Amino acid sequence: MPSVKFIEHDGTEHVVDGNIGDSLMIVATSNLVPGIDADCGGECSCATCHVIVDDAWMDRAGSASDSEESMLDLNPDRGSNSRLSCQIPLTEELDGIVVQLPEFQY
Amino acid sequence: MTAMVIIGAGQAAGQTAASLRQGGYKDEIVILGDEAHPPYQRPPLSKQYLSGEHGLERVYLRPEKFYADQSIDLRTGVTVSSINRTQKTVMLDDSQIIHYDKLLIATGSRPRKLNIEGSDLKGIHYLRTIADVDGIREAMKSAKSVCIVGGGYIGLEVASVAVVAGLEVNVLEMEDRILQRVTTSRMSEFYHSLHSNRGVKIHVNTACSGFSGVDGKVAEVICGASAINADLVIVGIGIIPNVELARDAGIDCGNGILVNDHCQTSDPDIYAAGDCTNHPNPILNRRLRLESVPNAMDQARTAAANMLGGDKIYAAVPWFWSDQYELKLQMVGFSMDGETEVLRGDKDTNQFAVFYLHEGAVVAVDAVNSPREFMVAKQLYGKQVNAADLSNPEFELKSLVGK
Repeated sequence: MPSVKFIEHDGTEHVVDGNIGDSLMIVATSNLVPGIDADCGGECSCATCHVIVDDAWMDRAGSASDSEESMLDLNPDRGSNSRLSCQIPLTEELDGIVVQLPEFQY
Repeated sequence: MTAMVIIGAGQAAGQTAASLRQGGYKDEIVILGDEAHPPYQRPPLSKQYLSGEHGLERVYLRPEKFYADQSIDLRTGVTVSSINRTQKTVMLDDSQIIHYDKLLIATGSRPRKLNIEGSDLKGIHYLRTIADVDGIREAMKSAKSVCIVGGGYIGLEVASVAVVAGLEVNVLEMEDRILQRVTTSRMSEFYHSLHSNRGVKIHVNTACSGFSGVDGKVAEVICGASAINADLVIVGIGIIPNVELARDAGIDCGNGILVNDHCQTSDPDIYAAGDCTNHPNPILNRRLRLESVPNAMDQARTAAANMLGGDKIYAAVPWFWSDQYELKLQMVGFSMDGETEVLRGDKDTNQFAVFYLHEGAVVAVDAVNSPREFMVAKQLYGKQVNAADLSNPEFELKSLVGK
């Protein structure tokens, strides 16, 4: 099972395992990682599962679709590595991926 | 050992249990649900679950094993018959008694039913649960002509799935336009022509007065003097909040279970969250009963924090979404709160947003395939804006938000 490291805004780390094919959002909510609201359940409708992908993992995490990009664009905490975690499916290649959580979800 | 008991197993219930654990609560959590499933998401039921795009596991709020992993006592298929506030217990219909220290009522809502001639015929469905949709999906396999009673979001989402699946689709709407209860005539017109262009026949000013059947199965929907052929009927005419358990226990109810801004009912040890509640919204400055997932999730987080002795207030601008065909409609606030409509984008491209202003401040948006406008409206709520800027496609919305 690939593992994911979520780092809260205050620095608290959560290293959890996830199923291949599950989104990082599902991996977070299934393991009670705080800071991911995921109100819409993974439909790219709400932008409450915003994460900031660690530089080293950006290429492997893929790129945001147009609609994901639009949701992120007006997020006040948006950084160049921002993604919606519901749009990143976990793969073997992403084993060990590190993502930061923003202070707030909008 | 203390016990947190949750009546209901919908999204508010599931999120409350998760938030209690996230909040560090280690003792007993019991979820009492009358359906066969762990807490699941209802929005996909009339969309991706109906179309077959999503399976069950994708609809579940969290994987089934989550509850065991977190020592949450999830009991499905059980019915609560009463709450005893003096003893601080709930009784199940098999007379089993469960003690609570804090109780959350998350009983949700149920579809409003038709009670007219023929309304008990086979082939007439309502849409609220996984079991309901399983029944509709099975019926759609052999159906040729589906009639949807009610032109609200649920009905229109079902219409879009059914017409794409190749069925003949009629939609009956009592009012003079679809979505009359929830949006403006401009949006109603847009969705009316969208559906008409895809082959859905919409009949406004048309009330369903009864059904006729053959061999106990529906064959026609009767609308006064005329009739429409239908071998499958889906009724979506609104919901009724499930307040009975609370009301029978002497908890204050109005249009919904009355809660304060802490999601607390008139009994301080009993909280309520989700569709069943009637709550104050300090931003909109009025009480609301919402049929919405973000409301259920936010109230759940608020209730959980306060059940653990916190002091968290629920104050959020309501938002909603609806998927029809390849169009994603995202809404913030209530369009009827504004007296000025500002269009941004071009309706003919199926990508546009309508901002609603009250005395110059943004109070709502309807955004079609326009996530930027949706995100900006969430942050601009209540703020003064220049209408000319909003309607100018060259104007950078980004300049209106940020820290």
